[in-house]
Amino acid sequence: MTAPAARIPVVHTSAPAPHHYTTLGLDSRKVAIWAFIGSECMLFVSLISTYLIYKGRSVVGPFPHETWTDPSTGHVLKPILNIPVTSASTFVLLMSSLFMVLALAAVQNKEKPKHSRGERVLGNSKLWLWMTAIAGTTFLGFQAFEFTSFVHEGLTIRTNLFGSSFFTLTGFHGAHVTAGVLWLVTLLAIDYRRGLGSRDSLLVDIAALYWHFVDVIWIVIFTLVYLIK
Amino acid sequence: MDTHASATNLPDSAEANAHVPHEVEHAHPTWSTYWKVALILTLITVAEVWAYYIPSFVAGRGFIPTLLALSALKFTIVVMFYMHLKYDHRIFRVLFTGPLLIASLTLLALMFLFGHLYIKIM
Repeated sequence: MTAPAARIPVVHTSAPAPHHYTTLGLDSRKVAIWAFIGSECMLFVSLISTYLIYKGRSVVGPFPHETWTDPSTGHVLKPILNIPVTSASTFVLLMSSLFMVLALAAVQNKEKPKHSRGERVLGNSKLWLWMTAIAGTTFLGFQAFEFTSFVHEGLTIRTNLFGSSFFTLTGFHGAHVTAGVLWLVTLLAIDYRRGLGSRDSLLVDIAALYWHFVDVIWIVIFTLVYLIK
Repeated sequence: MDTHASATNLPDSAEANAHVPHEVEHAHPTWSTYWKVALILTLITVAEVWAYYIPSFVAGRGFIPTLLALSALKFTIVVMFYMHLKYDHRIFRVLFTGPLLIASLTLLALMFLFGHLYIKIM
């Protein structure tokens, strides 16, 4: 016979974290991250709109794609955007998205047996999380190099409309990448501490969604800011 | 003693309904699909940068539409395959494309208002 006390909740410390399903049967955390990403779309489109509205309306240089002669000093300033460097950083960020999906797949398939060396490498979540974090940090390094070189060439956030809108847009994006790298580091810490298993796949999935969003925003910025003259 | 004590005080049927997802997500792509997608994204990026260095193409009318189309293609590929929107529940598609659509229309409206886009009437 079952005693009434059996209805008292039993706490299993080793049990996976409780799910938070909505009435649609979807995990509320995943719904929340998609809603957040939707709101972030609004934020970045407002920044991109500002950049495009001010594009070509700067009175003084340096300019993104055109040379400019400073009338006071006579110095000729070349176009300030460095396409080869930014192309390399774009490639790094695209590859970071690949590493991120591989990290997610590794966590989702953690409990599956790995027979070959290739499967063990693909199933190593720590490796892919590290690769993603390193790629993100490399992208930030490229951005720091770009910002520093721009300042040395005379373009600051206060120089002209291009400088103001450019540094605001790319700076906001860089801040998002920084937040993403910190998020990845926390996942790595969890992985080293207790190991990420398939029960944690949603944690990695949410971080991955954020990371890919940062990537798609850069895809748009790269085309609109850097490539279109 | 009952060793299968419930974690809640809900009736069994209600508890089951509250905890079981109603719709199962489709399986995500395989590792090889992810590598192929990365290759396609890289090739599109190379094509974009290549186009940037062809002066005759840059001066032509097709340059900006081509770059915008390639960028939109990359955006869609990442969202569909890496963010799994192709495989996930449609509510996520609504949550993403809804604000994206509003934001895009706002962008276009601002471009018209500030004279960056023109519509030739008659």
